[in-house]
Amino acid sequence: MSVRFGVVRFPGTCDEIDALRACAAVGDAELLWHGDADIKDVDVVVIPGGFSYGDYLRVGALARFSPVMGEVAKFAAAGGPVLGICNGFQVLCESGLLPGALLPNLSLRFVCKEVDLVAATSRTPFTSGIAVGETLNVPAKHRCGRYYVPDAQLAELKANDQILFRYADGQNPNGSIDDIAGVCNEAGNVVGLMPHPEHAVDALLGSIDGLRLFDSAAKAQAVPA
Amino acid sequence: MARARVLIRPKTGILDPQGEAVERALPALGFGGATDVRIGRLVELEVDDAAHLDQMCARLLANPLIEDYEIELLDSVASAA
Repeated sequence: MSVRFGVVRFPGTCDEIDALRACAAVGDAELLWHGDADIKDVDVVVIPGGFSYGDYLRVGALARFSPVMGEVAKFAAAGGPVLGICNGFQVLCESGLLPGALLPNLSLRFVCKEVDLVAATSRTPFTSGIAVGETLNVPAKHRCGRYYVPDAQLAELKANDQILFRYADGQNPNGSIDDIAGVCNEAGNVVGLMPHPEHAVDALLGSIDGLRLFDSAAKAQAVPA
Repeated sequence: MARARVLIRPKTGILDPQGEAVERALPALGFGGATDVRIGRLVELEVDDAAHLDQMCARLLANPLIEDYEIELLDSVASAA
């Protein structure tokens, strides 16, 4: 049986169709509506990019009150794999499911470019098929992508192997601390990153490196035959 | 009912590129000598119970990881009832 992915749609989400396509390339995929306290027994939850709730107050701050997020939190607490991309990463940070916060880019500009990501851990379901040190080429597009944690917490992230990806040397597009592009929770089942693997799943668009995160998750969740 | 004003600021040590951009723009208008420009948010609200304000700030109005907040109680509003 193939792995079932659920992609959450909030008011203001805009990357859910690309995320669905990426998931459908490696398993079954369906949309989850933010207003339903139901994640339909999926095996993997993806919180895609966009501008949930218009980015009002702070990016990601309001989406955590959507009924679906209570179910996502329970799923995450039970060890279920959750991937937050861009605004999804911001939502997971504001929800307390991931450490840190995303601040406006140092340039104050909306960044839209391909970046090289260097894998920093293989211990999450989404990076289980990616070796530490491997480089993935994936687009980044955001205005609030500057990852921040206080220094003491940064040391904890390093000690606990919670850094997922770093921008390759000289490619940090937003001023993120320690060139961090993505992190995971301590258990490793909840991950978030600013660049968009779901936009890099078709050779026609320049890179299929992003597919590896979805493929890794599908393989990690597959029930042995 | 109480009327309150909450001032939310980027924490000391957090780079504020908005503040820096404004600081660089002021001399263009002929205003030299403005430094340490920091940009935050102002939230005005009326609350039934002012004792809730601190938790409102800590849990939603501000993100304590990156922002400091300051609650100012303005006055009590006569009940409309």
